[in-house]
Amino acid sequence: MELVYFLIESIVKVVVVFGVLMGAVAYLTLAERKILGRIQVRYGPTRVGPFGLFQPIADGIKAFFKEDLVPAKAHKALFVAAPMISITAAISLFAVIPFGAVIEFFGRKISLVIADLDIGLLYVFAVASLGEYGVVLGGWSGYNKYGLMGALRAAAQMISYEIALALSVMGVLMISGTLNLVEIVQQQAGGHWNAFYHFQFFPFIFYLICALAEINRTPFDMPEAEAELACGFNIEYSSMKFALFFMAEYAHLIAVCAIATTLFLGGWDGPFHLPPTLSWIWFVAKTGVLVYVFIWQRGTFPRLRYDQIMRFGWKFLLPLTLANIFVTGLIMVVRGQ
Amino acid sequence: MRVMTGMWSFIKGIGMVIARAYALAKGLRLTLATFFTRPVTIRYPEHKREVAPRWRGVHYFDCNEKGDTRCVACGLCVAVCPSQCIRLVAVELENGERYPETYEINSVRCIYCGLCAEACPVDAIKLGRGYEFVAHRRQDLVLDKERLLANRPGGAP
Repeated sequence: MELVYFLIESIVKVVVVFGVLMGAVAYLTLAERKILGRIQVRYGPTRVGPFGLFQPIADGIKAFFKEDLVPAKAHKALFVAAPMISITAAISLFAVIPFGAVIEFFGRKISLVIADLDIGLLYVFAVASLGEYGVVLGGWSGYNKYGLMGALRAAAQMISYEIALALSVMGVLMISGTLNLVEIVQQQAGGHWNAFYHFQFFPFIFYLICALAEINRTPFDMPEAEAELACGFNIEYSSMKFALFFMAEYAHLIAVCAIATTLFLGGWDGPFHLPPTLSWIWFVAKTGVLVYVFIWQRGTFPRLRYDQIMRFGWKFLLPLTLANIFVTGLIMVVRGQ
Repeated sequence: MRVMTGMWSFIKGIGMVIARAYALAKGLRLTLATFFTRPVTIRYPEHKREVAPRWRGVHYFDCNEKGDTRCVACGLCVAVCPSQCIRLVAVELENGERYPETYEINSVRCIYCGLCAEACPVDAIKLGRGYEFVAHRRQDLVLDKERLLANRPGGAP
């Protein structure tokens, strides 16, 4: 009987998270266009529905009815698989992200996380790296020189920034002493956020920068540089395959913001206490603010040159994230933790 | 000595990082400011931009007290038109007046220079303020006498 309850609980959580995530992805595309528009002192989409609110639906219908082309010389299997890898990896990240405190439902304690893994953070890094395979394979399999260039850049950038990304959260690991994301959040309860209370603010910034590079967004959107590579890795994709890449990018964006919230900003912990059933509001709010920051900086910074990105990753972020491990250790010793 | 040099370049490096981070922050501040400014977009079909006082738009005929065109078919506009887009067939009425039997402006060829309006001795042809002037076929953009009269301010729709 316990097993049945567990199955029902899991399925409900998966359905809810998946539904909310897909809705958020759809409306994030609209929000990004609107915010970028406002930054450029114009409105953005306003025509489809009130305030352009039906724009994502219209875009979806358009993508669905477009012709689905596969280049004649493409590696068919990989060409089809690449977008699926991307979207699967991006969505799978949400399995371990805790978005609320433990709630009680008909006498059953339900923690608001799909899978309470002990190696949650390791899982996050593993799956996030898998997502890059979609980009690399998608660029390579299309038999297009621009796609190949994009894939090459994606591979190089992924390796460079993955290291700094992993090192930037080392301080959090040292403080909390666990890879379990739920426990990491619980240790930050009561305003003891890692980013501020534990002096992890600079690693937090480094994490955001590395995350930007990981999800290939401006100013690190080397793999799909429109100006030089004519959209890079997804150049040969059309219709729903392109839409999958698109959705994967936005799901990934939400995912890295959610992980940043979990690791550095105390997850569902907020300035004032909410009942457990509503604790997810803090989580959503913080993630939303981070998503806004990502879009805001996209509207501000131009794309960097390839060698600049490499230099910044290896000669700036890597030494500083390493130094942070030392500094965090020092702080822990001084505090007697 | 080497330690001192190393320390000095380390401090210089930190200063450079701070300077560059400040430059990035300045950019972010600017975009945040523009984010909260009111968009300058004029949402076209609902709101329209006021045209300039001397705007030269689609032509119209001014009419006399009988509601007919004031044109006397002198042909000056035809002569002055640089793109030669005006076609005029003149007739002489019983009372000796000249009258345009056909008067067509091919507005696809027209460059809206306004010379026809300047040349006109009786101020019959004028350039209006309208600019919303589209059609599916080129023939529909040829303005004949009736359409020129209808185009006048307060004329038939």
